[in-house]
Amino acid sequence: MSFRILERTCLRELALLFLLSLGPILWLGFEDPSVAAEPAALIPPAASRSVDFVKDVQPILSEHCYACHGPEKQKGELRWDLKASAFKTGDHGPIIVPGNGAASRVIKLVSGLEPDSIMPPRGERLTPAQIGLLRAWIDQGAAWPETAVVARSAVDKRNHWAFKAPVRPSVPQADKRKWPRNPVDNFILARLEKENLRPSPEADLITLIRRVTLDLTGLPPTPKEVDEFLADRAPGAYERLVDRLLASPHYGELWGRHWLDAARYADSNGYEKDRPRSIWPYRDWVIRAINRDMPFDQFTIEQLAGDLLPKPTPDQRIATGFLRNSMLNQEGGIEPEQFRVESLIDRVDAVGKAFLGLTVNCCQCHDHKFDPFTQKDYYRFYAFLNNDDEAFLEVPTDEQSRQREEILSRIHSLENKAMSESTNLNERMDAWEKGLANPAPHWTALDPVIWENFGTKFEKQDDLSLLGGGDITAGGVMKIWFDAKLTNVTAIRLEALTNPNLMHGGPGEVGKGSFLVKELTAETYAMENPTVTNKIKFRRALADLEAPGFGVTNAIDGKTEKGGWTPTTTPEHRNENHYAVFECDEPVNLSGDLRLLITLHQTFNGDDKNKGLDADSKLDCHLLGSFRLSATTDPLPLSVDPLSPAQHTLLAIPSTQRTPEQKRELFSIFRLSDSACTNLNQEIDRVWEKWPYPATTMVLQQRPHPRVTHVFKRGDRLRPAEEVQPGVPAFLHPLPVGAPPNRLGLAKWIVDPASPTIARVIVNRIWQAYFGQGLVTTPEDFGTRVETPSHPELLDWLACEFMRPTTPDSGFGFAGSAGAQPWSVKHIHRLIVNSATYRQSSHVQPEIYAKDQFDRWLERAPRVRVDGEVVQDIALSVSGLLNPKIGGPSVFPPNPASVGDTVYGGFSWNESKGDDRYRRGLYTFWKRSLPFPTLTAFDVPTGETSCPRRMRSNTPLQALTTLNEKTFVEAAEAMALRVMKEGGPDNRARLRYAFRLCTGRQPDREELEKLLKFWQEQYDHFENDTADAVKVSSADLSNLPPDVNLHKAAAWAMVSRTILNLDETITRE
Amino acid sequence: MNFQHELRAETAKLIRRRWFFRQCGVGLGSVALASLLGAENAVAGNAPRPSNPLAPKQPPFKPKAKRVIYLFMGGAPSQLDLFDYKPTLAKYNGKPIPAEVVMGQKYAFIKPDAALYASEFKFSKHGGCGAELSEALPHLAEVADDIAIVKSMTTDAFNHAPAQVLMQTGSTQFGRPCFGSWALYGLGSEAQNLPGFVVMNSANGLSGGTALFGSGFLPTYYQGVPFRKTGDPVLYLSNPAGISDQMQRKSLDLIKELNEKHLGMVGDPEIATRINSYEMASRMQTSGPELIDISKESPETLKMYGVEPGKPSFAMNCLLARRLIERGVRFVQLFHEGWDHHSEVVKGVKEQTGKTDQASAALIKDLKQRGLLNDTIVLWGGEFGRTPMVESNPDVGRKLGRDHHPQAFSTWLAGGGIKPGITWGETDELGFHVVKDKVHVHDLHATLLHLLGFDHTKLTYRFQGRDFRLTDVEGEIVQGLLA
Repeated sequence: MSFRILERTCLRELALLFLLSLGPILWLGFEDPSVAAEPAALIPPAASRSVDFVKDVQPILSEHCYACHGPEKQKGELRWDLKASAFKTGDHGPIIVPGNGAASRVIKLVSGLEPDSIMPPRGERLTPAQIGLLRAWIDQGAAWPETAVVARSAVDKRNHWAFKAPVRPSVPQADKRKWPRNPVDNFILARLEKENLRPSPEADLITLIRRVTLDLTGLPPTPKEVDEFLADRAPGAYERLVDRLLASPHYGELWGRHWLDAARYADSNGYEKDRPRSIWPYRDWVIRAINRDMPFDQFTIEQLAGDLLPKPTPDQRIATGFLRNSMLNQEGGIEPEQFRVESLIDRVDAVGKAFLGLTVNCCQCHDHKFDPFTQKDYYRFYAFLNNDDEAFLEVPTDEQSRQREEILSRIHSLENKAMSESTNLNERMDAWEKGLANPAPHWTALDPVIWENFGTKFEKQDDLSLLGGGDITAGGVMKIWFDAKLTNVTAIRLEALTNPNLMHGGPGEVGKGSFLVKELTAETYAMENPTVTNKIKFRRALADLEAPGFGVTNAIDGKTEKGGWTPTTTPEHRNENHYAVFECDEPVNLSGDLRLLITLHQTFNGDDKNKGLDADSKLDCHLLGSFRLSATTDPLPLSVDPLSPAQHTLLAIPSTQRTPEQKRELFSIFRLSDSACTNLNQEIDRVWEKWPYPATTMVLQQRPHPRVTHVFKRGDRLRPAEEVQPGVPAFLHPLPVGAPPNRLGLAKWIVDPASPTIARVIVNRIWQAYFGQGLVTTPEDFGTRVETPSHPELLDWLACEFMRPTTPDSGFGFAGSAGAQPWSVKHIHRLIVNSATYRQSSHVQPEIYAKDQFDRWLERAPRVRVDGEVVQDIALSVSGLLNPKIGGPSVFPPNPASVGDTVYGGFSWNESKGDDRYRRGLYTFWKRSLPFPTLTAFDVPTGETSCPRRMRSNTPLQALTTLNEKTFVEAAEAMALRVMKEGGPDNRARLRYAFRLCTGRQPDREELEKLLKFWQEQYDHFENDTADAVKVSSADLSNLPPDVNLHKAAAWAMVSRTILNLDETITRE
Repeated sequence: MNFQHELRAETAKLIRRRWFFRQCGVGLGSVALASLLGAENAVAGNAPRPSNPLAPKQPPFKPKAKRVIYLFMGGAPSQLDLFDYKPTLAKYNGKPIPAEVVMGQKYAFIKPDAALYASEFKFSKHGGCGAELSEALPHLAEVADDIAIVKSMTTDAFNHAPAQVLMQTGSTQFGRPCFGSWALYGLGSEAQNLPGFVVMNSANGLSGGTALFGSGFLPTYYQGVPFRKTGDPVLYLSNPAGISDQMQRKSLDLIKELNEKHLGMVGDPEIATRINSYEMASRMQTSGPELIDISKESPETLKMYGVEPGKPSFAMNCLLARRLIERGVRFVQLFHEGWDHHSEVVKGVKEQTGKTDQASAALIKDLKQRGLLNDTIVLWGGEFGRTPMVESNPDVGRKLGRDHHPQAFSTWLAGGGIKPGITWGETDELGFHVVKDKVHVHDLHATLLHLLGFDHTKLTYRFQGRDFRLTDVEGEIVQGLLA
């Protein structure tokens, strides 16, 4: 640290030089009386562009002035939201002098020319740029168009329809009494009649079964399913079909995917490093919950606060992954706290979009410009989410749980056997216990003032421990400086602490939580002379637990790169707190002038050859992720206690009165340090080797001590303002009585029957999935600026029906209403897909098209290209390649190597083998910085932020994908073989079959003839070119059954490819 | 002007025209379709014919520039070793920087009292304008009179991913459209057979990932299309094995016929768009390989850029950028991420200028001699700057490097209405803070959009109840940069 020394003169000169150079940019010089002579010069310059009142000026007034001079308050009888009031002349002259900004009183006040009455008097001052805009607006004539919409008062805003709970409207009597099948249709028909439009006729049965099958499961119906449906002439055939589809496990996959868009699900952390993460158990939870029609209020509560329910199940904890789906920055050199805050901002945004339909994120920096949502509301909302650890939950399979039980019971029986066979065990254990009985030393936790480690960045916790985050790594050299005041320090203690924010609980930073301290060094130096240090010598080190060959003495042997202490090399006691004590040779005096530096040497040398393990230690992590240092002044020698606090209480029970299990438990610790047990320990270690490590998933876990939340000035976390408590926005319904002020209370508030938002938002998104657009076209925003819903009464009726379904005996029953439960999503599905509205033909009538191009009134069913995943699923399904397996870790279908070109650090896409190549699109590994190209081409969102509404584009890249991409090519090849095998005796039959596989319907004569002609041309070509036929028929000839004609297979592959590429194939008609 | 509504209206107009054709019995044979769809864009004349959302459009003001080539130097080049000459640094070389200067700024890796580190490169003046440049940029020195150097750039983020995302989208938060997408949204594309917004990469992967060329909340057809350095220039551009161009054409013809027939049956205009997409895809299958076939480029041109045929490089991408804009591509985004010199900045800068200097200058010369520089903006720069202080850390082998520095950095622009031969803005004596003519990222964006014919406050897209724009709520046009 020699560079700290700098001659005083030199420093002064340098600073002065710098300040001089800074001078010109200090525009506000009024603190300095010498420059106050020319006041106009203190006003920031006017903006040089043309300024628009509505775009440029009104937002500034709204942000800074309306609170005191607006609809609610009119200080000095001035209202900045009313033109007449703003242009009046006050006691001190005109507020605005059109054409002369510098002479206008408003400009003087906001510029601070009158230090006693600076405007605004409190809160954020206007920036020079904002003043420049105001000034330019006045200079340019202060045009205030009469058409400028005067900001609505907060009272008006609160009266916005979407901020009041829906009330069930009466079902309209529509004229065409025969058409409606359920109340949905009455609402639609009433609106159509108002527009002088008529509903379209019902779609044909084949279109209907394909439509409803795609809409409910995302898979096309098989020809057999179509035939069965056509053959079912009994009444209610369609409704039975709907019931079958709603019971299909594939229903949860498709509708789960819709939800995952809003949940911004992805399999990687995002940002630069974009490392993989394991959170697919959350995705599978969503699929399961939707398949069993978990009531939506419960679905909401579990995702926001499943862990806070009484005795939460693993599933309820997994559900909190919704909040954990935020991106996580692991770029080197970041401040972890900055990106924890970013992730909270993302969570508030996701809750706003997914559940509330409100754009709350505008309020991160300022009060909402259009909705009555204040910045304080924002941070009160944020406070609900600010009290958690970012934990990892193990999700063992049943098999793994069984294996774990087996291993534990095997170990217990080995221990019991050893205890029964051991000689003089009681005497040895008594002696051991006596050694444990020494009073525990008194430790003073040392408060780190600076700490430094390359890679993983550490943050000080309330208990003075350090916790690692950011670019997490397996090794490092950690230096920690302390300014402690302690005399006669006799020993230093290092505690390795478990922490929920670490994988498997730590204490290691990564991997399975192991750590290795190669060396602990300590030194002191005088503050004024940091280069001269006094190394602290340790006479002895002891630890609560030492793995064979990894004794703690290694950590004071002077070798910083070799050896080291770790408590265990097996899973036994790995994820537990441990500590080591280092006894000083001589007492150390720490005073205010002395600084203590402790260095933990934990370098790691792992590579792929060693499967990521360190070459020497064979551990997967050395760096401690959570630890604390303490000092004691107690006399030496000290002792350590290997027992946990719970185990320690066993010592109080006389040994003769302990149960066999209590005896075994103490023995299990005793044996670790007993030399006679070496063989037993080795045998048990070998059993531990088989301990299965299950997948983990990311969950939330409430902290015992809540964090304090502040309003951040202009959204900047480094500028905290007033402290706030968790609370809900005042313009919405209050927190339910008795709801706790935490995530659980928030969740209960969201699904409170008095809520104006949730039910409307959810039924609107369901509607959107069926009809291509919602009744409210902006599903993420129900605020004051949205377009009026196309069918407001229907929206409210559906929302009420969702929360409190009609019962047949209530007098309002209708077909399909029997037995519906509150918050049943399947009930809403039935209402919609069984409606006459949904069953209409999608054919477009030109005359009507001119009147209602976007089909807002639903005089026809919309015709929509299916979602990206479904485009791929259709190809896999009709070709017979699809692996219908549900859930599990994400998979890696074929992806060209070159797509990794633009990814930071490159990325090797480990192509899945076997069946996993052909899983449904939603299981494709989703790397945020390298989203799978086939799916992104078809508008699958990136997962960077919550996306309640997908785009639907139609581009050449889509054409190139379905024509040439590997999976689609393989699908065409497989479909060819399927058609040849299953399609019938001749080409016509086979063609019909191929066409039916893709579109559900028979080709007409013209289509059939065109396809036949094409087949013949292709076949003729391949007959003359076997080399081409080989390439086209199959990438892998071993896939071809021996009896298949190669030339024909190639021709069928060409035909299959053509049909797979038809617009109709990837469209839900 | 809000293009969103215009888009909708224009699409509606076109669709009505299609109906007209059908109602009048013109039929929907391929001849009629050809006249209705893509080919019409080739028709000369000013009237926009938005048969698709990418059809060329006139901006509201007369533009100075029609297209942009953005040479993005990812990782953040050291302005102090390239553009911003600071003799004072030499005087205090090795001395800790005073705390008054640092003002509490935290760093990624260095401590706030790290020692100052003078550039080891020599600087000299070039061109008639006397622009001061490091010896590491000998080729750029030759075009000093054609470029405007901005030494007063500043940004809000100092980690790579957020800073790159800010530089490209105007926000540190993900989910916003990038500059190229805004340009395409506002201007459409004149390219018939190529995407309107092309992205190429010549070095390491990007810290900011695909968000750097994503369309955010804009429709996906405005996103950048990556051209790959290996394999197909555009993903899935090649026919599958065993399928000749003729077979592909026959397949496409049949797909088209069947789609047309279906269009006749169900009447959904979206099918016409699909037909159009397939035809465009087919044209791309020809134009893609033609684009990357540089065999007809003169040896002088190849030499000027330093291109080695068959070898992917930044130079190759610069040459392809020129070929792309010649073919009507609106926005070409080159990424070259290799400038993150936390250690041995001298070596690193030499290495990267060795890869980029000649071709960047060649691009200016080439565009100029072809008369394309007048209405093409070329922009060169990274996401932030580097510290005047040294970064070193023996534990991890770092020495004589520079850390991230958001307060001040340099960039250069050329062509398309940019005043040539100027140096804009100043930093303090240590190169730490901007002291004159500060240009924030938003100001740069505002200026570029101005050159493309837009008022940056009016090029908006309504999303989540708010009119979003590239410059967020900030941005002032830097008048001094305008020719």
